[in-house]
Amino acid sequence: MKKRAVLFWAQLGFTLMVCAFLIVPVVLSMLAGVTVNYQNGLESGLTLRWIGEVWAGYRQTIFLSIGISLVCLAVTLVLGVPAAYVLAKRQNAMTRAIEELLVMPVAVPGLATALALIVTYGGAGGFRTSWTFILVGHVLFTLPFMVRSVLAVLSAIDLKTLEESASSLGAGFGQRFFQIVLPNCRGGILAGSLMVVTLSMGEFNMTWLLHTPLTKTLPVGLADAYASLRLEIGSAYTLVFFVMIVPLLLAMQAMSRPRKSKTAKADIGEE
Amino acid sequence: MMTDPVQPLAIALSRCGKTFADGTRALEPLDLEIKAGETVVFLGPSGCGKTTTLRIIAGLEDPDAGGRVLFDGVDVTAQPIEQRNVGMVFQSYALFPNMTVAENIGYGLRVRRAKKPAIAARVDEMLGMMRIEPLADRRIDQLSGGQRQRVALARALAVRPRALLLDEPLTALDAKLRDALRLEIDELLRRLGITAIYVTHDQAEAMALGDRIAVMDHGKMAQIGPPREIYRRPATRFVADFIGTMNRISGVARGGVFVTDAGAVPWLEAPPGTTEALFRPEDVTVVDEGQAHLKGSVVAAFFLGDRTRLFVKVDANKPLVVETDARRDYAHGETVGLRIDPRGLMAL
Repeated sequence: MKKRAVLFWAQLGFTLMVCAFLIVPVVLSMLAGVTVNYQNGLESGLTLRWIGEVWAGYRQTIFLSIGISLVCLAVTLVLGVPAAYVLAKRQNAMTRAIEELLVMPVAVPGLATALALIVTYGGAGGFRTSWTFILVGHVLFTLPFMVRSVLAVLSAIDLKTLEESASSLGAGFGQRFFQIVLPNCRGGILAGSLMVVTLSMGEFNMTWLLHTPLTKTLPVGLADAYASLRLEIGSAYTLVFFVMIVPLLLAMQAMSRPRKSKTAKADIGEE
Repeated sequence: MMTDPVQPLAIALSRCGKTFADGTRALEPLDLEIKAGETVVFLGPSGCGKTTTLRIIAGLEDPDAGGRVLFDGVDVTAQPIEQRNVGMVFQSYALFPNMTVAENIGYGLRVRRAKKPAIAARVDEMLGMMRIEPLADRRIDQLSGGQRQRVALARALAVRPRALLLDEPLTALDAKLRDALRLEIDELLRRLGITAIYVTHDQAEAMALGDRIAVMDHGKMAQIGPPREIYRRPATRFVADFIGTMNRISGVARGGVFVTDAGAVPWLEAPPGTTEALFRPEDVTVVDEGQAHLKGSVVAAFFLGDRTRLFVKVDANKPLVVETDARRDYAHGETVGLRIDPRGLMAL
């Protein structure tokens, strides 16, 4: 009994140490963002001045990132969910090959993908300088995550029989897709959406090459701030980033949780 | 209870075969007539083509070129399943996990854009008919297997289908529940008078439910007929062996007697040239050696409670299976006499 208690406290201590190792730098960075002078430490006092400067100088990057990630989500939903549906329904050598190829944009370094995009479309002036150029990169990068998570759910349910039984009840393709297929891969769609938004919001490698001075995203702006401005401003930027993204992620997490059952376990009808 | 009369549907298949994309022949071209209101059971081992035939009738598979499916004489071969208005019940139930029991049952009506009160009324009627009212608001994952099957039946019947197609509906259930639900389905089909096609590999289910049984083997219909005919006058060796227990003994028919190595059995109607007699265990009685037609030695005896099943070796064939209600034990190697009721003898 006592030995178990010792083991328990040892494990708890270890876990807390690992957590601290990861969390302390984040907390310090966030604190730095509200410290008057980081060199002098917290004694120099707290201020919202740096946050104000970030807001004044970089709020466009925040809005652009949120905008791109949401449009990216919309595009991956429209492309990815039907793609996953087709891949789940047609199990043959070609669809399996496509499934494998889908991982490529994740495996290939973002820089390489970005370079390929620039080499190919760099000459198209209006496109090159617009935010949609970054969007294309993000869609390439995040689409596999949407397809994979929806596909995983679709493969786990007996999609074929569910659709057959719906059609035996008179449901045409549209009704089957929107009333049976989509609701039953809700979990996969939400998990995929969470990935897509998070990845798009934080994407740096590719965006670093794709952006123009007028199309800076949040992570690019962050790198900019750390590289060329006071440490306090960079840290304040991180703080703003957290404040923006954490509620968004929490909301999406809450949505993707499975629905609670309404009543207790079955108890009748088995005599 | 269900008040609306369903106009039963007559179904006909004409030269319906099925070859899959990989060249596998699942079904040889088949002709079949199912009368309005009749229950036909497709019976056979897995891979015999029974489910393929059902799926062709449902519209889930297209027959090979030349095959036609007729509903009340109208060619529906080109119609997709959603236009055929047939109710289907699947082995896996295929209930929609994103809907409650009531929503599942009402789905077919929702698809037909019925008014909400009409759907609710029909759902209540179906819940009552299947005696599952308390489950209306349950989610599918909160139901037991038997409850799921009741919901699946209610859902299929809610749209007043022209025919009910059941694909191994009881296979996933345990034995006791299977018996109870079989009785329920039988009552239901009789009460509704609906044309029903029932696919199973379980001969007891087929015997209990079928007005006619179509025994299928290797993509062909080996025999179709009422259960008694299938049992008493099997058309092929496959049918004889697949349905019930069949004993066989080799010999020669000579002057109204079938002569074997183990003895002679009177058999006036033996077809000329018969070299093998077939008979069921219930047509054999275990008797004293003096009155016996055949003699053999017991190789195994199983006490079943109300009777004892004996395996009796009489010749080089498989031991004969016979049953006796004698209140005694049988020892291995013991010689017993067998008397065969001549009315039970069959030749193939």
